[in-house]
Amino acid sequence: MLELRNITKRFGEVLANDRVNIKVAGATIHAIVGENGAGKSTAMRIAYGFYTADDGEIVIDGEVRPIQSPHDAIALGVGMVHQHFMLVETMTVAENIVLGAEPGSGVALDLGQAAEQIRALSDEFKLAIDPHATVEHLSVGQQQRIELLKALYRHARLLILDEPTAVLTPQEVEEFFAILRGMRAQGKTIIIITHKLSEVLAISDQVTIMRDGRVVGELQTKNTNAAELARLMVGRDVLLRIEKPDAKTGETVLSVRDLSVTARDGTPRLNGASFEVRAGEIVGVAGVEGNGQTELIEALAGLVAPTHLTGLIQFQGRDITRMDARARKELGIAHIPEDRHRRGLLLDFDLMENSILGVHYRRPAVAHFGNILLDTEAIRRRAHTLIEDFDVRPANPDLPARALSGGNQQKLIIGREFGLRPALLLVSQPTRGVDIGAIEFIHNKLVRLRDEGCAVLLVSAELEEVTALADRLLIVHDGEIVGRVDPKQVTTEEIGLLMTGGHERTPQRGTMN
Amino acid sequence: MRDIFTLSLIFSTIRLATPLLLAALGGLYSERAGIINIALEGLMLAGAFTAAAVTHYAGNPWAGLLAGMVAGVLVAAIHAVACIRFKADQVVSGTAINILFLGVPAFLSGALFASSGSTPQIPKEQLLPASTILTVIALFIIISSLVSQTRLRRLHPGAQLAGNALLVGLIFAALYYTRLRPLLEQQVPVVIAFALVPVTWYILYRTAFGLRLRAVGENPEAADAAGVSVRGIRYTAVLLSGALAAIGGAYLSIGQSSLFTRNMTSGRGFIALAALIFGKWRPVQTMLACLLFGFTEAVAIQLQGVHLPSGEEIPNQFIQIIPYVLTIVVLAGFIGQSRAPRALGLPYVKEK
Amino acid sequence: MRGILRELIFPLVAVIAAFIIGGIFVLLIGDNPIQTYRLLIGSALSWPDGIGYTLFYATPLIFTGLAVAVAFRCGLLNIGAEGQLIVAAFAAAWVSIKFGGVVVDVFGTPLNFSWASLPGLILIPLAMLAAILAGGAWGAIPGFLKARFGSHEVINTIMLNFIAVALVSYFTQYYYKVPGDPILESAPIGASAHIARLGRFIPGLPERIPLNVAFILALVACALVYVFLWRTKWGYEIRATGANPLAAEYGGISVRRQIVLAMAVSGALAGMVGINEVLGYRYRYYEGFSPGYGFTGIAVALLGRNHPVGVLLSAILFGVLIRGGIFVDAFTDHVTKDLVQVLQAIVILFVAAEAAFRGPFGRFSLLKRSKV
Repeated sequence: MLELRNITKRFGEVLANDRVNIKVAGATIHAIVGENGAGKSTAMRIAYGFYTADDGEIVIDGEVRPIQSPHDAIALGVGMVHQHFMLVETMTVAENIVLGAEPGSGVALDLGQAAEQIRALSDEFKLAIDPHATVEHLSVGQQQRIELLKALYRHARLLILDEPTAVLTPQEVEEFFAILRGMRAQGKTIIIITHKLSEVLAISDQVTIMRDGRVVGELQTKNTNAAELARLMVGRDVLLRIEKPDAKTGETVLSVRDLSVTARDGTPRLNGASFEVRAGEIVGVAGVEGNGQTELIEALAGLVAPTHLTGLIQFQGRDITRMDARARKELGIAHIPEDRHRRGLLLDFDLMENSILGVHYRRPAVAHFGNILLDTEAIRRRAHTLIEDFDVRPANPDLPARALSGGNQQKLIIGREFGLRPALLLVSQPTRGVDIGAIEFIHNKLVRLRDEGCAVLLVSAELEEVTALADRLLIVHDGEIVGRVDPKQVTTEEIGLLMTGGHERTPQRGTMN
Repeated sequence: MRDIFTLSLIFSTIRLATPLLLAALGGLYSERAGIINIALEGLMLAGAFTAAAVTHYAGNPWAGLLAGMVAGVLVAAIHAVACIRFKADQVVSGTAINILFLGVPAFLSGALFASSGSTPQIPKEQLLPASTILTVIALFIIISSLVSQTRLRRLHPGAQLAGNALLVGLIFAALYYTRLRPLLEQQVPVVIAFALVPVTWYILYRTAFGLRLRAVGENPEAADAAGVSVRGIRYTAVLLSGALAAIGGAYLSIGQSSLFTRNMTSGRGFIALAALIFGKWRPVQTMLACLLFGFTEAVAIQLQGVHLPSGEEIPNQFIQIIPYVLTIVVLAGFIGQSRAPRALGLPYVKEK
Repeated sequence: MRGILRELIFPLVAVIAAFIIGGIFVLLIGDNPIQTYRLLIGSALSWPDGIGYTLFYATPLIFTGLAVAVAFRCGLLNIGAEGQLIVAAFAAAWVSIKFGGVVVDVFGTPLNFSWASLPGLILIPLAMLAAILAGGAWGAIPGFLKARFGSHEVINTIMLNFIAVALVSYFTQYYYKVPGDPILESAPIGASAHIARLGRFIPGLPERIPLNVAFILALVACALVYVFLWRTKWGYEIRATGANPLAAEYGGISVRRQIVLAMAVSGALAGMVGINEVLGYRYRYYEGFSPGYGFTGIAVALLGRNHPVGVLLSAILFGVLIRGGIFVDAFTDHVTKDLVQVLQAIVILFVAAEAAFRGPFGRFSLLKRSKV
């Protein structure tokens, strides 16, 4: 049904797709797997006309088709569901679905008729979506089904799904796969981009493996297994396991009681969280993203206005609930934020200036005139040490942070925060968008910090990472802590169930610890 | 006496709200599409100057109005190209246009009329005329759109039409035979401004273009993915805002007064922007906000020459600043409650 | 060195483009652009009158350019320099009238507006301080409004410009005008408040040219702003806020405080224009003394890349334009001095569009995060 022939695409210096050939048969589910940056999304975005290839051709139903824009792709029956949903949250489901393919004449927009059609489609594929609901009030799973409807409404015969399960809980994934199988049964062709091998094996008929912008394998799913796929994906036999001794926990460093946080618009984001973190242990927080983790960390770091928060936060026995971020840092709380571009770095500032963010107002960053003037020499020395200790490359303190790769930017932040010699480290998504080499480095650093007696609170969307690193695991759902488990004894299924709010493992919530 | 005071207050409120409303509606299109239009002031000045200059030469206000609109569109095109094509900071680009039009009219009037910043006086009969017929048509548009918001819309279209016509007729009669009669003789830009409120509402919420416009302002990536041309919509919206703001400006120079004077908008473009924010980027609320600002200005004018109980006149300067102070107060008091289009001010860059 | 060249190339392109487009305007209205420009530049760079006046006109632009640049570095657009400098000029005049002793008008009648007579050594710093504080306070208002309510500084500063003009005009008209004076201006300030013209120190520069000590102050201000922004922790905090307010907040910096501080510093710098105009040139407050110095300051700052050295250079360039513009006005058939305003707007547009390629305003800039 779809064939990519010799597709090549270059972004500046990076060769994202190098003569990629993929052949997808009709009425099948075809998986495309590869690591981050392997070029899977690029290839598919080219097929959908979001990018145009530098070279190569796209063949649909046996004919070469120049696809220059999503418009062309849609006309040929190709639909795409992006990893980040392409929905206008303030508009209704129906408005979102018809957008760009509006029914009726140019003058009058007939949403009523469209809503009927959408309802019919929703029933046909068992999607259970109300066309009149406003998108921002719907769950992530529902929003994803709107994306499917959007493609179906445009008569898509081929659906490209980019990492569709990243935002879903294991249970939602099952439901979602059932929907996909239903679609295949009705003759739709589905391409699913993923890096989760279990899902490839569970859902696909055929699988294409990509690495470094090239196709490195094309297999029948029933003839392969996870080990073979993994080897093809990474190019070597690897298994992510972190060597770490048992935790030697000390006294309680952080104690949180009934912490609740509301967003600016007044909606509750975190509800009555209570827990403790002791010296020398890593407490992990698992959950689907957007279930209160961000708010929890920001509240602990002092980045939430006191008016938006209730409860009690104690650090080493001191009430710090109303303290601002600087005062908390002074006490020994370091914070590695989830989004390094949004929070963690001043991208246009050089590494020297970035290395003092948060400690720029005190010695050794300042000297002279009652500590008003910045001490450039001291800052340079500090930046050099940081760059050396944390292997930041390129090792040039005068470069702007923007010039560094994601992994090196992250190492810079980690080095800066470790340099505070913290008693408590708040860390969110430490390895997001970071290359494999740096991931290992960062994990080892975190474990070493723990072994030196620091209390660590770790939030990560990567279930594997958080279970591997944590000594204890909190599971959050919908702003509440719904489970406290031992990561060594719990199965992924159990965690998954908790993440969905399926059932609670500890009967008296908030009293344990 | 008291009665006349109130009546003239109503009339002048409408007159003073008109340029604000036109500019604010222009701003609404642009900002709902995600482009900050702080250039409204400059666009109004461009419209005002061009309209006055062309009317002076052509002796015809329609030519002037049209030329003013063309000028507004052209100037808006500069803003559009800077913001959309070159992804310039929208506030900075708008500011440049405002500064440009502090200078350009003065520069041109020096060259064309050998004056420092104003155009020659235009005779009264060459100003934009008042028109009862157009006023009635606008009234009809407003009435029918109000009716379409009630349960009456379920009636047969013919019956609706007849009912609306009847209603308009009654209102017409009620105004025509009372002292409110001047309300029926509005100048053309006034008619355009107020008729545009329901029209804008309709465009925004009942047409494919409006749907796309809103989507582009909220989430351009989503619109792009759905096959909507983000650039196309944004260009259209910004150019439209140029045309509307220019009508507002033209009304100042060849409607309310009879010549262009240096910087004659005196901040109205910014007040219109404040009204747009106050009106939460929605047409009807924006109109109400404009009327409030118009009313304030009308009161301020009425206060001129009024004596305090102590016998002193209220200094003119204090009266002049009332609309400006109100703008600051309104912004401070209400901005927290209004949610801007989510992509406002952000140039759309396709990821990689 | 290559870095500096790279910094210079775009401003140069912008200036050349502005001259070309301006030239087309000139051509369209029937004058010869090359002659116009030759006249413009020639008259601005002659010694001593040309250069003296050019630097005199550049002085207020250095102050307003620095003012806009400091706000810009914090991610704020201060269009209110105009209002700030008006308030400040009046404050300087007020202090110098009140404490400048009795002044005699042209007819020899003593004008009694004064409370006391202070010597210049005290009065001049006092009047300067008044200008700085008044400008700073007027600038802090929109800063506070933004920090507290989130209302956009661009609209508020514009409104405050109108309010400043009206209020100052009120006080001048009702309280500080010499009875019978047909012009809206204050009484003259005391002679002890006059600051020296540079002609007194520079051989060959006649004292009738109003270039005065304020120019030296402007140079000092450039140096101080550089030290403030890049060598102090406060400057670091302001720049961090401008580069990425969320990261600044994360770094324990109070974004709200930086907004107010940056606007206050910006207003204070704009206020120093009052020193040049009142203490160094007109010796009174004169309504309408500023031909838009505050607005030109935006072009100066943008062209100067929001850096004090750049501001100094571009202020001098604009000084050339203003000085030359006056001659162009007088000696060409059609072109008026408003050509200068057109040129500066084109410069801003070009520089703003160029920002896309290098981004002085980051993705998370306060400017972009404001609702307008």
